[in-house]
Amino acid sequence: MALLRYESQVRPPLVEGDKDYHQVTEDICRPVEAKPSKLWWAGFLISVALLGFGVLSVTMEIIYGTGQWNLNKTIGWGWDITNFVWWVGIGHAGTLISAILLLFRQGWRTGVNRAAEAMTIFAVMCAGQFPIWHMGRVWNAFFVLPYPNTRGPLWVNFNSPLLWDVFAISTYFTVSLLFWYSGLLPDLATLRDRAKKKWRKMFYGVAAFGWTGSTKHWQRHEALSLVLAGLSTPLVLSVHTIVSFDFATSVVPGWHTTIFPPYFVAGAIFSGFAMVQTLLVVTRKVLGLQEYITIEHIDVMNKVIVLTGSIVGIAYLTELFMAWYSATEYENFAFFENRLNLNSPYGWSYWIMMGCNVLSPQIFWFRKMRRNLVVTFFMSILVNIGMWFERFVIIVTSVYRDYLPSAWSTYYTPSIWEVGFYLGTFGLFFTCYFLFSKFFPVIAIAEIKHILKRSGENYKEKMDEIEHEDVNEFSEKHGHDHGA
Amino acid sequence: MAVKKFVTGNFYDEAVLFPAVKKVRRAGYKIHDVFTPFPIHGLDKAMGLRDTSLHTAGFIYGITGTATAVGFITWALTVDWQINFGGKPFFALPAWIPITFELTVLFAAVGMVLTFCYLCQLAPFVRKDHFNLRSTDDTFVMALECTDKTNDAEAMGFLQSIGASEVQVQYKETGWWLGRYDKETKRFGLKEEAVH
Repeated sequence: MALLRYESQVRPPLVEGDKDYHQVTEDICRPVEAKPSKLWWAGFLISVALLGFGVLSVTMEIIYGTGQWNLNKTIGWGWDITNFVWWVGIGHAGTLISAILLLFRQGWRTGVNRAAEAMTIFAVMCAGQFPIWHMGRVWNAFFVLPYPNTRGPLWVNFNSPLLWDVFAISTYFTVSLLFWYSGLLPDLATLRDRAKKKWRKMFYGVAAFGWTGSTKHWQRHEALSLVLAGLSTPLVLSVHTIVSFDFATSVVPGWHTTIFPPYFVAGAIFSGFAMVQTLLVVTRKVLGLQEYITIEHIDVMNKVIVLTGSIVGIAYLTELFMAWYSATEYENFAFFENRLNLNSPYGWSYWIMMGCNVLSPQIFWFRKMRRNLVVTFFMSILVNIGMWFERFVIIVTSVYRDYLPSAWSTYYTPSIWEVGFYLGTFGLFFTCYFLFSKFFPVIAIAEIKHILKRSGENYKEKMDEIEHEDVNEFSEKHGHDHGA
Repeated sequence: MAVKKFVTGNFYDEAVLFPAVKKVRRAGYKIHDVFTPFPIHGLDKAMGLRDTSLHTAGFIYGITGTATAVGFITWALTVDWQINFGGKPFFALPAWIPITFELTVLFAAVGMVLTFCYLCQLAPFVRKDHFNLRSTDDTFVMALECTDKTNDAEAMGFLQSIGASEVQVQYKETGWWLGRYDKETKRFGLKEEAVH
């Protein structure tokens, strides 16, 4: 067995400290079983207050219509769709960590995947709000579904990217939820079997679906996780590709480009990892999980940030090049006048985007910076601001001055209810996250146990001895028995 | 669904568990199940369980999704209500790829999860008997099913000899029933005195 569990010493341990299986359970269940701290209550109440403000803002919009927002002709998609794309993008990191890194057999994902997947689900929930309430007459929202109706039946337009979005986002939400919850079942069973209080036995008993840990069930569970990961991988790429089609299939200068799908996907992963960092840098400290979400994890994720940030940077430059190379006056105007020119009305937003997304992440080429928590936290906020401005730039600077000068719109600033709606989704997101971190294990307990004897610090130290042992002696001592 | 008699033993190390499983099978005892806190690769093979067909089911669900999407959109846009979008063909297959793909994934994922829950008998308010609550924490629990021919004392001694600790005889229900974990609910179809 020892041989099978070998992992090179070059790789730093993924679980620090002297741990055995029981200790892992104790460490991760402790925050769930303890009383919530004052800090938790403070954060939770602030989130609920924000959510309340969001509900008020949306109510205003329902009663008085989208006129409550400062949208105008030609800026029909302002903050609303900017926020939609921003939130969907944030969700992507969770699926990348849980699905793509599972297929790539990256052991470090085990420390962060549960929280990142939860983040995905909450972010997609927030994202979904925007197109729904943007409909104005939201009580007719079901019109987007293909159902037999009295108008013919007149079907929805299956050739429209906006309808593709309906299918993409709802599928993405459903599959992410199933993936996340099926992974949670064994850990909820752990909490159920440790429960002392009546309500805990009831709550986790219902939530764990009667999981027993039978070998046959684990075999099916593994098969399920692998296939769901295989399905989620193309799914996550398709979702932001389809979101980018909302723009790319139009003829608006600045939107009508073929680079959008890969550029949007890279940007989505970029912003998503930034949000994961924001959450985990705080979560690991508050819940005392530094031994499971180690500096090593933070370091690796910062590498992903500098990689995807640079891909996004290349995409920006490619766009500029293509605008110039196309020799189309409208394309040129959109990129070099509406965006690049700092003196144009929205030029500032382009440069905020460039600064936050392309220049600032380059600091992560330095190992010291990648491993510095303060820098990481600060950078994660900066990247999220930058990625929000990317969507703002794409939407607003493209439509406010396009073909006919007579159709150019006046300067657009959001109304209080538009801002309130956005803040409200922060409330929704963090309310969900606070509840999650209180009632669910934020780290996948079973998965940590699975890698413990390979990547745990105390086990790796023993491996160290093995590494220096004579080969013949080693094989005699640890080689497993092939006899009958 | 019936209450059966089992001999159970706890293991704390996979390195002891694997050879133990082999020895138990060689000795001819019937392993009811091994309960583990996390998936142990190769244990299913060691126990002689066959591979799961869940993948195949997933493939079939996926194909169903593909067929549903292509079939329905084709019917809706070429037969039921044709809409002329700037003279483009009614059968606009490339434009349907995104929705077809999404439905393939959706059907496969939902179908597989439901099948998984059905096969493992998992659902909210499902109650099962557990041999040892620490099997979701740090203990690998092996349960041998006792048949008419099994000598309990012998089986217990054998489990001990291959490295199991806390060996004992337990009477457990093998199926599930509707119930909650916070109170003792009656197993269906059983009289109270039959439950040991």
